[in-house]
Amino acid sequence: MPTTLPAEFADLELFADWAIPTERARYAKRISSTMDELQAFYDAAFPRMDDALAYLEQFSMDAVPEDATHLLWLYCALMTASFPVEVWRQPRVPDSGASSFDAVLEPAI
Amino acid sequence: MPLFPKPAEGSWTEHYPDLGTGPVSYEDSISPDVYERERDAIFSRTWLNVGRVEQLPRVGSYFTKEIDAARTSIVVLRSSADEVRAFFNICRHRGNKLVWSDYPGEETSGVCRQFTCKYHGWRYNLEGQCTFVQQEEEFFDLDKQDYGLAPVQTEVWEGFVFVNLDPTNTTPLREYLGTFAKGLEGYPFHELTQVHRYRADVGSNWKLFIDAFTEFYHAPVLHAKQSVADQSQRLNTMGYEALAYELDGPHGMVSTWTGTGVPPKDMRHVKPIEQKARSGLFGPWDAPDLGLDELPPALNPAGHKAWGLDSFLFFPNFMVLIWKPNWVITYHYWPTSYNTHIFEGTCYFAPPKNARERLAQELAVVTFKEYALQDGNTLEATQSMLESRTPVKTFPLNDQEILLRHLHKTAQRYVSEHEQQDSRTPAAV
Repeated sequence: MPTTLPAEFADLELFADWAIPTERARYAKRISSTMDELQAFYDAAFPRMDDALAYLEQFSMDAVPEDATHLLWLYCALMTASFPVEVWRQPRVPDSGASSFDAVLEPAI
Repeated sequence: MPLFPKPAEGSWTEHYPDLGTGPVSYEDSISPDVYERERDAIFSRTWLNVGRVEQLPRVGSYFTKEIDAARTSIVVLRSSADEVRAFFNICRHRGNKLVWSDYPGEETSGVCRQFTCKYHGWRYNLEGQCTFVQQEEEFFDLDKQDYGLAPVQTEVWEGFVFVNLDPTNTTPLREYLGTFAKGLEGYPFHELTQVHRYRADVGSNWKLFIDAFTEFYHAPVLHAKQSVADQSQRLNTMGYEALAYELDGPHGMVSTWTGTGVPPKDMRHVKPIEQKARSGLFGPWDAPDLGLDELPPALNPAGHKAWGLDSFLFFPNFMVLIWKPNWVITYHYWPTSYNTHIFEGTCYFAPPKNARERLAQELAVVTFKEYALQDGNTLEATQSMLESRTPVKTFPLNDQEILLRHLHKTAQRYVSEHEQQDSRTPAAV
């Protein structure tokens, strides 16, 4: 599999499938994941977050290299995945039933 | 003992004596008949916000807006004279919807030099004038000048584009929007061009979702788990009290404190992800510099140092939320029947300077989504039980629910005033 993240974050390659460009698709992956999968992603990515933020801070938004873009997407996915792990103890918002709240417009990166 | 001072009358509600304090009926939210009357009295004749000028960046930029509540569709555009204009989205030939792609009921947007009807090829320029009629010689005494698109009254306030679908309307937008809008002028909305928009089909009357977003009495209960356990317990014990409520004509506002502080005073009160990303429900903690030396006078009316958020409801269906760390959310509620509506929530930030700031904005946006999913959850449950018309007929509203009392009263007033006016106007013969 080709490397998609910056070399400094090679340890997160196992979770490179979370580097998803849109919130809608990141949320879809969250609710189709098990709690074990979400916990594993969180446990790997959360401890590296300070490093990731320091790395991402180098790049202005009009010049984010491709591998750093993937890292940004992966951490955007961590924002989405943090709710089940830190709060809900289940992938969905409790009692959300059939209700939906879908992104129809979001920034390109 | 209240946390924050209330008006001399003893309550926010009694400060506005017309509101009364008794239990209220929700019949206005479960009746197809009331909804039909609201369509005529409210949505067909008040100023409605349909977007922002940034959606029309250059001459020929356009978007369509489906306004089911007024039984119409409009096209909003930047004209050749570089003005924001709107027209009813109907071809003057035989009534086909003029601008749509693939599905006539879905909204669309783009850039063009002219509009061409898909049906018989009639063309209209960006000023709405009819410029081409297919086989014009086949018509009888037809003068293209008489067949321009029907204009819709359009005005812009602080970059927000409003339309009024009533051709006889004589109230200018600024006069309609009143003192809150005047007091917000100068806020740097135009700097907040990083936009995230969400949409939801909601199984409730439009007013019920406004109800949910104009009181925070529910927040420490419904959203309890969104906070860490200690903080949740603290908020639940304290309950919720606003810093201030104000009413102005049909419009209302609630001013709110932050609970934790922005940034939080005590990091134990917020979740680990928020501590790392330096962001959360109230937005990124490191506010961008928008050159806002002083808040416009409509914001933080109580002048409280714990101020965090002001929510303005511009009647009937447009809310603007201005958060302390220099970002904005708007809500739109577009009725599609007496018990359904489309909800749109849009977050506006200053463009992030780097990828770290982008991530902080992402956490604010997805936190908003988690809260909104919880808020949305309760609505269908409320609608269906109200519709069951169980023996329970009226419902008590507390002082922190003053804006709900005002919204329903205002909607009812619009309907009755419109119908009185109609009955006074002799029917055209």
